[in-house]
Amino acid sequence: MQTRRDVFQAIADPTRREIINLVAYQSLNLNAIAENFKVSRPAISQHIKILTECGLIIMKKQGRERYCEAKLQKLSQVSDWVEQYRKFWGERFDELDNILEKMKSKKKFKKK
Amino acid sequence: MATKNQTKIIAEPGKQELFIIREFDAPRSLVFKAFTDPKILVKWLGPCDLTMRVDKYEVGSGGSWRFIHSDKNGNEFGFHGVCHEVLAPERIIRTFEFEGLPETGHVVLETAKFEALPDERTKITIQSVFQSVMDRDGMVQSGMERGVSDSHQSLDELLAKGLS
Repeated sequence: MQTRRDVFQAIADPTRREIINLVAYQSLNLNAIAENFKVSRPAISQHIKILTECGLIIMKKQGRERYCEAKLQKLSQVSDWVEQYRKFWGERFDELDNILEKMKSKKKFKKK
Repeated sequence: MATKNQTKIIAEPGKQELFIIREFDAPRSLVFKAFTDPKILVKWLGPCDLTMRVDKYEVGSGGSWRFIHSDKNGNEFGFHGVCHEVLAPERIIRTFEFEGLPETGHVVLETAKFEALPDERTKITIQSVFQSVMDRDGMVQSGMERGVSDSHQSLDELLAKGLS
């Protein structure tokens, strides 16, 4: 399987989205995160690993515990899609403008 | 075209809906036709580097639709849904689902309103309601997992396909 490690990969999975929501408010250790899910601890651990690889979580050591801290700046990449989306539709609609012009002139021609 | 009409996207943070707003220099009946006649639709809706095919397009309340975009390498991306209401020439309400997502069930409810303006102009407002904020912000991009292409350039195309 191809490994993709970016913010979109991070939020593509519902469990990972939940994890982000949890640690967004406070740093939590693995046990505290896993308590919130029905899936196994290793599965949660794997999701956290992916989130760190995607740059949305960093691990911080405090004493003997390791805490997950959210790095949400990366999520702004997601908002960039709005601009791309606008660009896409802008291009499609510009094309539609041309087609509407043709349709209009055809109509006029028929009327004569 | 002398005057360029601007395309407006409203996607407020934290909301699970977005709006596309655009005006056209054409009467409403014509714009509505361009959206509902598959022969006209394929001329403008498909991105230029992709081939758009209409598998089916039953324009009527209760009808179903499916479009397929394919690239030069033969990769295909399908989209389908049903028409909840088609009220010519003012409104189309339909569901939309991108078939390239890792799991099915991420359905979008789209309402397109066609408003007649003075001077034979038309304003369209398309509201897309997603199942969650994350769906709105992320589901289209997650289609990239399908390995369409790793290049960032293809993001536009994907977004396009996701919500065309």
